[in-house]
Amino acid sequence: MGISNIIFALILIGASVLFTINVRKIIANIRLGRDVNRSDKRSERWKTMIRVALGQSKMRTRPFAAILHLFVYAGFILINIEMLEIVIDGVVGSHRIFQPFLGNFYYFIINFFEILAALVAISCIIFLIRRNFKKVARFQGPDLKGWAYTDANLILITEVLLMSALLIMNAADPHGGFVISKHIAPMLPQNAETLHGVEQVAWWFHIIGVLAFLNYLPYSKHLHIIWAFPNTFFSNLNPKGKFNNMESVTREVKLMMDPTADPYAAQPAAEGAPQRFGAKDVTDLTWINLMNAYTCTECGRCTSSCPANITGKKLSPRKIMMDVRDRVEELAAAKRKNGADFHDGKFLIGDYISEEEIWACTSCNACVQECPVNIDPLAIIIDLRRYLVMEESKLPAELAGMATNIENNQAPWQFSPADRFNWAKEA
Amino acid sequence: MSNPITVKTMSQMLAEGETPDILFWVGCAGSFDDRAKKITKAIVKILNHCNVKFAVLGTEEACTGDPAKRAGNEFLFQMQAMMNIQVLNGYEVKKIVTGCPHCFNTLKNEYPELGGNYEVIHHTQLLEQLFKEGKIQIKGGGEFKGKRITFHDPCYLGRANDVYEAPREVLQKLDAELVEMKRCKTKGLCCGAGGAQMFKEAEHGNKEINVERTEDALETKPQVIATGCPFCNTMMTDGVKNFNKENDIRVMDIAEMIAQAADL
Repeated sequence: MGISNIIFALILIGASVLFTINVRKIIANIRLGRDVNRSDKRSERWKTMIRVALGQSKMRTRPFAAILHLFVYAGFILINIEMLEIVIDGVVGSHRIFQPFLGNFYYFIINFFEILAALVAISCIIFLIRRNFKKVARFQGPDLKGWAYTDANLILITEVLLMSALLIMNAADPHGGFVISKHIAPMLPQNAETLHGVEQVAWWFHIIGVLAFLNYLPYSKHLHIIWAFPNTFFSNLNPKGKFNNMESVTREVKLMMDPTADPYAAQPAAEGAPQRFGAKDVTDLTWINLMNAYTCTECGRCTSSCPANITGKKLSPRKIMMDVRDRVEELAAAKRKNGADFHDGKFLIGDYISEEEIWACTSCNACVQECPVNIDPLAIIIDLRRYLVMEESKLPAELAGMATNIENNQAPWQFSPADRFNWAKEA
Repeated sequence: MSNPITVKTMSQMLAEGETPDILFWVGCAGSFDDRAKKITKAIVKILNHCNVKFAVLGTEEACTGDPAKRAGNEFLFQMQAMMNIQVLNGYEVKKIVTGCPHCFNTLKNEYPELGGNYEVIHHTQLLEQLFKEGKIQIKGGGEFKGKRITFHDPCYLGRANDVYEAPREVLQKLDAELVEMKRCKTKGLCCGAGGAQMFKEAEHGNKEINVERTEDALETKPQVIATGCPFCNTMMTDGVKNFNKENDIRVMDIAEMIAQAADL
């Protein structure tokens, strides 16, 4: 063990600690949301997670992107097995520590990994072309301007560089001769010493790159590689048309409608502070909504299928998810600085999401259907509407009229309830 | 075509000491909207023809609260729901067929938590069942034989409740040429009426949603655009008029098509 091994161990520990701290911050941020119980139907939840997250079942509807994504995904998971060897080599100073134990099988595995690495690199290059040159529509929305655009390109470029480093490292190994890297080897300097240097540089670049990338995740949309699993596990298993029942409203309506209810009876002690109806800010949303926001990888399948967005309205379900994440990050940071009770005076509705956006929604569930990781933007939109309607009475005038009609006439139009059965006589 | 329809209310049935097998939930559109009333009557004709023992609530029916809930007014929704549940439970209703996917969704999914537990089906599901049981037949395909028909999936039937096949199964009975739009089933595009949009002007954009959806339908060069929702019907009818195609293309509910084809 030499000095380089100690440096490596320190970098490894540092990167792991930093990553743990940041993931715990995200979990704490998600916990700013209201509680909702999703601990039921365990076996169905496991199945959903395996099918949707692991099996990527919802990607299939767009086959070209699905295949490229599958390469990157398989590469990510399987090449990480090789990371185990790289880490052990780094700490103990060995060179390809598994090679003597695995014999020919080792060659088979590394060859397989090399093919995957090449496929990952090619896929990422195609993804870069789709985003930057072919300008695929769903990557061009105004919600992707700025950081989101840079973030996507940084991820793709990093992956190409990491995979290249891995292949160059193998190519520079005098005992290499692996399926892809042997074609790179002739392009490298042939002097043994320089070659060793190249291998060392590639090795360090790759491993430091991987650890840096790991720590980039918490700031990136790429976080979906982790959060897709809990997000699908805890996803909504009810029919998509079923909107959640607001228990707080049920209590009041029952009191109004029950002739035996004693309005002066002592109310059962409310748990905690009284809550708003609906959502004005991210703390009024559930932890599921907030986890959804951290899981979103901004692919835009939701927005590209949204009837409002397709016809030029401001609503973009992807923007809703990005706004929620940005707002949680902002509010959580402010609370960390100034204490848990601190509020900065900003709100999700108004400062991030406009009323125009949420009133454009037709609640058609296309966005929910399309999301490959079971994110539900509609639940957030409805909770924002609930806040506007029930707390502020702010709604389009025609909808206020509709509500009055339902209250007075039992129909959304101004017809007399006495005429409701007239159709039977009109035959 | 002009067979008189017979329809009893729950209170009539109760007075006669009878219990219907199924309640037909007509819905607000089906009760008041002139176009949708035709769908209601078609459903009744089919129920009569098949000797289904059914009843309606008549003037005791009230809005399910669907548009109130979608518009964020949970109070109003729950008031409506609890009133309706009192009526339905009072009549000991077990099974409901609706003429509207919105009523269907709300009764089926959102009433149980408030104390209303019923078996709820959409009328296309009932039609599918009646065909399976042989209670209704269409000889030689009827007047839609060989016609080009495209089906528009209502969001609250399709994505909201995963009912995609029942309406298509029923349309198969017409011996017609069924053509799918490029966006269909799980990828079906909304007509623009859902989420209480039916009752308000659309937000500023560059196109109406129903026009976009009608374009999808027109691409299939249909003679009939079939729907299973009174609101989709309105939106698609307006869309077809927008392209001045109302003389060439009819927008019809599946129930109307079956009633016509079976010459009821």
